[in-house]
Amino acid sequence: MTLVQQIFHSSLGRKYVAALTGAGLFFFLIGHLAGNLQIFGPPDLINGYAHFLKSKPLMVWGARLGLLACVGLHLYAVISLAMESKAARPVAYAGGAAYGSAWRSRYMMVSGLVILAFVVYHLAHFTALLPGINGFGDFSKLKTELKDAGEVPDVYAMMVLGFRVWWVTLFYLIAQALLFVHLGHGLSAMFQSLGLRNHVWWPRIQIFAKVFSTALLIGYISIPIAITLGLGRDYSDRAKAGLNMPLGQQSAPQQGPADALVLK
Amino acid sequence: MKVTLKVWRQKNATSAGEFKTYSSPELNENMSFLEMLDVINEDLAIKGEEPIAFDHDCREGICGTCSLVIDGKPHGPHKGVATCQTYMRSFKNGDEIVIEPWRAKAFPIIKDLVCDRKAFDRIQHAGGFISVRTGAAPDANSIPVPKEDADLAMDAAQCIGCGACVAACKNASAMLFVAAKVSHLGLMPQGQPERYKRVKAMVDQMDAEGFGSCTITGSCEAVCPKEISLDFIARMNRDYAVALFKGEPKKTAGGGAG
Repeated sequence: MTLVQQIFHSSLGRKYVAALTGAGLFFFLIGHLAGNLQIFGPPDLINGYAHFLKSKPLMVWGARLGLLACVGLHLYAVISLAMESKAARPVAYAGGAAYGSAWRSRYMMVSGLVILAFVVYHLAHFTALLPGINGFGDFSKLKTELKDAGEVPDVYAMMVLGFRVWWVTLFYLIAQALLFVHLGHGLSAMFQSLGLRNHVWWPRIQIFAKVFSTALLIGYISIPIAITLGLGRDYSDRAKAGLNMPLGQQSAPQQGPADALVLK
Repeated sequence: MKVTLKVWRQKNATSAGEFKTYSSPELNENMSFLEMLDVINEDLAIKGEEPIAFDHDCREGICGTCSLVIDGKPHGPHKGVATCQTYMRSFKNGDEIVIEPWRAKAFPIIKDLVCDRKAFDRIQHAGGFISVRTGAAPDANSIPVPKEDADLAMDAAQCIGCGACVAACKNASAMLFVAAKVSHLGLMPQGQPERYKRVKAMVDQMDAEGFGSCTITGSCEAVCPKEISLDFIARMNRDYAVALFKGEPKKTAGGGAG
């Protein structure tokens, strides 16, 4: 057998795949959060960032394909292992939960599958901009003027209007809570799966998992919560009003420095 | 004291099993759990019923023969002891105690509470040894071993192969057992020549036996009567990765002085 065949054939090999692809997705989560947190700046900041990404299709598509590969391999590894594990105990015990098991570890499949459903929704919501699923309408009509680039999609208004729909916000919050549970186990488990653990490093790895899963949770939920509490409301109202104007009269919503500071 | 037992009864490997309930006679609270079962069985024998079959041997916690999932936990309520060292004083008068066999596809039930753990033997045969001429006992300290390594190897060598790790794991994974056996030899200088061949062969045999995989739930460590650490699983994962990347040894023409 070749090395690749051996990796996918053995249970340990597939655990390596799950750990490495999980690590890849974790790095993406950090980068994605850093991008999204620009919502707390003036609207031009995140709109400019979105325009920058759009202008680098090679980089963006490279990253997207890489992420798709990570998700695909992660799913293949864990689902094939879970099916084998299920088959390994044909008759269940009369008693309940596995004694002494960490509770997060028991919900990895459930949390993972809900996160997967969320990712599909999230892509349809803010990447494909499907009008039927956002509780608002056609996001692609939201445009704004950027100093150096001309007319660009108004990502700032899109995010604010997107999260002003209560059930969208609720779904995002649930998904982030489950991501927190998933990472609370996964971020330490990946070190174990790759064999990078001993009695000295295990406590440090667990702290690492706690700190990063919590930081990502706070970072990600801060956006829908801030918007629910009023971030960017005036700006998005103006953007929405702009949509109702007859074509040709539409103009970019007026941007004042106050827009980013509505929370005050 | 008296207790009620809900025990898994299964005639043989192919028949379907079911729980049956038995009331104990008056018991001494300082009886071991296995002695309690002996008393129940005496009662059953007198009544002309089939006694409950269960595994036991040394009854002092070192042979790894006794099993039993007691109220959902392999080896009963305490930490770091086997079923044989669980005593009736750990239960209350009038308790209902549920007793089940180890449940795993790789450990088929033979009868009642007895399962076939030969899968572990086959894993050991695949690589849990060192190939040396034993001869006379060598001088002590002729091979220097760092104290920490010796201690760690002893921690791993404590594994009695009872299978509680498999029984407890929600995936019926044998990782803790295999990791203990791999590490016990892999930490010693005598185990180095076959270190990577060993881990590869034992893990592959483990997979072939139909055990589940590790999702790092920690159940195995929690129920292990010898309190073997999950650290050893990480050690095995590391060694297996090295073994995979080293690849098969170069083919030789054979012959030579050996």
